[in-house]
Amino acid sequence: MIWAAFLALLSHWRHRPLQLVTLIIGITLATALWSGVQAINAEARASYARAASILDQNGLPQLLPKNGDTIPMAVYAKLRRAGWSVSPVIEGDYRFGPFRVRLIGIEPLTMPIENRIFAPSDSSELVDFISKKGLLVVSPATAARLKDVAGMPLKIYEDIPDDAAFTDIGAADRLLNRKGSLSRIVMATGQRPDLPALETVAPELISQSADDRPDMARLTDSFHLNLTAFGFLAFVVGLFIVYSATGLSFQQRRATFRTLRSLGVSLQSMTAMLLVEIMLFALISGVLGVLIGYFLASALLPGVAATLRGLYGASVPGSLSFRPEWWLAGMAMALAGTALSSFQSLWRVRRMPILAAAQPRAWAGMSAITLRLQALAGAILFGISVFLAFAGSGLASGFGVLGALLLASAFLLPAFLSRSLRFAEGRSSDALAVWFWADTRLQLPGLSLALMALLLSLAVNIGVGTMVSSFRLTFLGWLDQRLVAELYVTARDEAEAARLREWLPKHSDAVLPIWSVEGNVLGDRLQIFGVADHPTYRDHWPLLNGLPDVWNRVAQGDGALVNEQLWRVKGVQPGQTISLSDGWTVTVVGIYSDYGNPKGQAIVGLDALVQHYPNLAKLRYGIRIDPALAPDLKLQILREFGLPESNVIDQASLKRQSQAVFEQTFAVTGALNVLTLAVAGFAMFASLLTLSGIRLPQLAPVWAMGVRRRDLALLEIARTLALWCATFIAAIPVGLALAWVLLAIVNVEAFGWRLPMMIFPADWLWLGAVAFVASVLSVLLPVMRLATVNPADLLRVFANER
Amino acid sequence: MNVRYAAYAFIALWGLVLGAAGVGAQGFAGLGSDAHGFAVPQRGLVLSFPRDHGPHPDFRIEWWYVTANLQAADGRRLGAQWTLFRSALVPGEGQGWADPQIWIGHAAVTTADSHYVAERLGRGGVGQAGVVADPFEAWIDDWQMDANRPADGDVLDRVELRAQAQDFGYHLTLAAKGHLILQGDRGYSVKSSMGQASYYYSQPFYEVRGTVSIGGAPVAVTGRAWLDREWSSQPLASNQTGWDWFSLHLASGEKIMAFRLRDTGGAFTSANWISADGKTTPMASGDVVLEPLRKASAGGREVPVAWRVKIPSRGLDITTRPLNDNAWMATSTPYWEGPIFFEGTTSGEGYLEMTGY
Amino acid sequence: MTLAGATRNEMLLSLSNIVKSYQTAEGGIEILRGVDLDLAAAESVALAGESGSGKSTLLHLAGGLDRPDSGIILMNGQDVGALDDSGRARYRRREVGLVFQQFNLIPSLNVAANISFHAKLAGRFDVDWERELVDRLGLGDLLTRYPEQLSGGQQQRVAIGRTLAARPPLVLADEPTGNLDEATGDAVLDLMLSLSRSAGSALLLVTHSTRLAGKLDRKVFLRGGKIVP
Repeated sequence: MIWAAFLALLSHWRHRPLQLVTLIIGITLATALWSGVQAINAEARASYARAASILDQNGLPQLLPKNGDTIPMAVYAKLRRAGWSVSPVIEGDYRFGPFRVRLIGIEPLTMPIENRIFAPSDSSELVDFISKKGLLVVSPATAARLKDVAGMPLKIYEDIPDDAAFTDIGAADRLLNRKGSLSRIVMATGQRPDLPALETVAPELISQSADDRPDMARLTDSFHLNLTAFGFLAFVVGLFIVYSATGLSFQQRRATFRTLRSLGVSLQSMTAMLLVEIMLFALISGVLGVLIGYFLASALLPGVAATLRGLYGASVPGSLSFRPEWWLAGMAMALAGTALSSFQSLWRVRRMPILAAAQPRAWAGMSAITLRLQALAGAILFGISVFLAFAGSGLASGFGVLGALLLASAFLLPAFLSRSLRFAEGRSSDALAVWFWADTRLQLPGLSLALMALLLSLAVNIGVGTMVSSFRLTFLGWLDQRLVAELYVTARDEAEAARLREWLPKHSDAVLPIWSVEGNVLGDRLQIFGVADHPTYRDHWPLLNGLPDVWNRVAQGDGALVNEQLWRVKGVQPGQTISLSDGWTVTVVGIYSDYGNPKGQAIVGLDALVQHYPNLAKLRYGIRIDPALAPDLKLQILREFGLPESNVIDQASLKRQSQAVFEQTFAVTGALNVLTLAVAGFAMFASLLTLSGIRLPQLAPVWAMGVRRRDLALLEIARTLALWCATFIAAIPVGLALAWVLLAIVNVEAFGWRLPMMIFPADWLWLGAVAFVASVLSVLLPVMRLATVNPADLLRVFANER
Repeated sequence: MNVRYAAYAFIALWGLVLGAAGVGAQGFAGLGSDAHGFAVPQRGLVLSFPRDHGPHPDFRIEWWYVTANLQAADGRRLGAQWTLFRSALVPGEGQGWADPQIWIGHAAVTTADSHYVAERLGRGGVGQAGVVADPFEAWIDDWQMDANRPADGDVLDRVELRAQAQDFGYHLTLAAKGHLILQGDRGYSVKSSMGQASYYYSQPFYEVRGTVSIGGAPVAVTGRAWLDREWSSQPLASNQTGWDWFSLHLASGEKIMAFRLRDTGGAFTSANWISADGKTTPMASGDVVLEPLRKASAGGREVPVAWRVKIPSRGLDITTRPLNDNAWMATSTPYWEGPIFFEGTTSGEGYLEMTGY
Repeated sequence: MTLAGATRNEMLLSLSNIVKSYQTAEGGIEILRGVDLDLAAAESVALAGESGSGKSTLLHLAGGLDRPDSGIILMNGQDVGALDDSGRARYRRREVGLVFQQFNLIPSLNVAANISFHAKLAGRFDVDWERELVDRLGLGDLLTRYPEQLSGGQQQRVAIGRTLAARPPLVLADEPTGNLDEATGDAVLDLMLSLSRSAGSALLLVTHSTRLAGKLDRKVFLRGGKIVP
């Protein structure tokens, strides 16, 4: 009985294959985009977390030198002998033949287990690791590069980021020639409570607490936020499709429901059957969606990886591992989303009396009251968004602004469209034109979800596009200002640097030392750069604001410039004095922009820096020369000093690299743009297809009064385009507002710098064209059905017996 | 916490000891070194103090091993262990991180109901751990064994012993009431019928007073302690699986050191009778009977915790019982080590160590 | 006015030997088997017959909504059957007005817009005539309402108003009172008759009620696919 009833319910789909396809595609697309984006995010986050926890042991508090770069070995022994559970690290860049790797020397006996990257299975492995011969533990990719040049045994360990190698602290000490001095000291969690204080044992060290999240994750948050926004949007749009498809299928099966109920199928078991049916579809589509999502992510990941590496220096593998967590998450989203979007229909079935009329009515009827309530909700959300934008603070509030703004605009859209159509209707005198506008307004409830989806995807596209383009333009302009020197040379050691200092002035217009130290400023360790007094800086350096006479005061040594991050985060104001190290205070004389840098930074006069840090590494130099001669000079330096290519960088190629990175970003954003628009287009298609089923009774009288089917079809296209056009116009201010929130609120909260917003109307045209194609495609099939409809079908509308 | 550390730490001290046995045999041909370049003990070499209190980096392994039978004012019995092992990857010393010596500290406190264990690991050459002969100092992290040398007598006559872990710690002052005891043949202690041997001397005459704290509550204690010093490069034969070692304080003031090295065929037994004034008499291998009486579960293994010890030539026949069956050292290489009591022809207390179960 | 004396060429609508069949699952059914029917200008004719006898089909053919398999439909001497899609659309716009049992108002337009819709399409919008229609149909208070807000009788009055506002030469009505109770139905029909006379329109009314048929100039029966007197 139950089985027969279930089959009767299912038979509906045999008659409506297109509806079934719509439903399956809806869930599949929603799941695919969502899980694809999640896969990318998960992969990237996992790799940051891995990199941070592995390379920096950032899950643990650390001890760092207050001054200078290294910690004497004796300090470590002193800490241990005072009972501190700490482990030393020696790290640095090391070149094996042509390959540079980050060498991290750890001490396996004391390294806290929370941060063991690999566990030698027995004593012989340990002996190999700490033996004099040494052992490099590296990723498979790094192993492939190093196998002929390492000169010591390699051990492959999957979890290690590329271009990094773990080795025993003894080997690192030997290779990096540190003579025992340490880079940092890692602290185990759960130190004994009775220990002597750090200030008494090792006053030369400061403790840095464990970061709850890796720096890289924070830095790339906005990028991943964009991806997530795209994914979520696509998911919501997909749910709209599912909502309309299930609503329609339930509506059309009301007669079946009624019959089954009269035949004695209980409400309970019928609801259960429908639930099983819809979950079955969700399951199938979910699996499809996750698979497609996986391939989507695999296709996009190389671009994403290139972007992340270029923009943020984050290393993310270009290939995707199939993670069970997003498999499960994808399936859960598919099931939950389907359940959510079919809840209303199921609810209606449960409340339907046995003998309810089987008369079809608009499947998603929306009264004027609903419209008004939506508009009210939209207005309230908009108010919240504005309030948060000006009164809120913090990243969460920034995201709140974003969310409220998007929801508000979606809720306000139907009211906006309704108003616009009423206006157009009022301005028309021709009977057909009046009918056209009035009839378009009648379709609005059935299309409003799809139109909201369209609005959101258009707005997000405009917003994210504006942000990325603004970022690119600002960043490249800023690079132009900042990368003034034609060549940047880095010596490998002090002796070579001395030779360079001797040689370079004879072959160039000017040699500008670029030396820096890490110092404690306002409680954080940050870079202090020394710059020479030269027009290169005076004329080009991108200052946001400054006291008069900025560069003279920097040159004299009593003035310092701080970057925007320090200015915003620490509230450092020009005129204020700050301490750069023990006993060295300077006046802040200016603020400069420093995009892409998550940390604070300060610039002082070169002489002052050398005076306070006489032992700083004097390795880097900027070289000014006629740009036409730069390539030759580069070759000359490479020949003369035998420096590796990467130690002599010319400005042009640096800029080229930056440009290439942005191209990647655009490729990824562009792909996601098209995909979200495609989903929105499909939602539109699904809605129009659904509506076309109930269009005939609305159109037949007009046809009977002498309007050709062809004209009616053209009017249907015009109707869709009119709605699309109005939605597109509405999306522009929403998108710009979104971009503003991203640039002026989220960016500042996340990174501490603010980008100027620039507007790119040409991009909108391109977007508009893509959306136009999407909407034409979406209306094509329903309209073709209408244009070729058999008059007999139209006549059936007028038949007396129905 | 520290036990957890220990579980993850990978130095396998006894593993190295046992592993070395495989290559040890062929090195014993009077050449004075085995295939890996380590020195091997030579019979007849005269130990010299305080020099030999210090480390012997040319030998593969070495330890400074103190066990103490203690009593609180309320009569409660306790045991304390302080051990520093040295294990060399290659013979010799090096500068800084290049030093091939690995140091391992074990500390334990045993009560009737509980057994507390901690382990420390460290590298030589950087100051974290090491031993200096004179003025004597042995340490790893903040665990120390410092000599507080009186004007005359041995460097190790007065020793301060400290260890502190998360949940227990102690500070004991050891004062020797007799001289150092050379085990075996003037300090040359044979460990198998195939001739494997170690240098081995002891100080069994310590009187102890000090404080043991458990969970932050200090308890004043008094008692007796026993120091063992041993170093070698290949102390076990390849077929030997572990050992059972006894240090016994007899009511008469006499001491007994006895061990049994188990092998696949049977056992190699050895004992040393130490008179109250420090005279030693090595017992013949056949004259010592060590017989397990009762097994208990400790660290997930079945370990014989009660024994019958017989030395017929001295009319000794005693049975031992542990203060705590579960004196399991859950260190990177786990073993059983705990205080025992004995009754029979005489009574007293001591320590039992069992490895290889 | 009667049919007597009028020749076929003078007729407003002339159907001769109309044949129409439909494909069904059981094969073709010939529903009209040579219908002949003439209507003079401003004449009102009741078309009666049993359910399924082909009344509506005949009406649809006359209204240019469908094409006959064979036979000739002349409207003012013009062959409606020979018109193409556009021609038939123009014919429906300008020559005929349709009133259906289901009213078939345009749901998106209010009463006023519904009434003037066809007249404007036909290019015969006349403010005074429309005002008179609204008065006589009693729709004055309902002009800003939407179809879904009206009762059945009100909706049918709007449908009649919409048809007659365009003053079509021929009004085709398919059981216009079938969905109404008897009293309302009578009132609506009386209105329709009197208004089509005022408009000068001929009326072909499908009904199975002999009582209603009696109110018209002439009555014909459709039986066995042919017109019988």
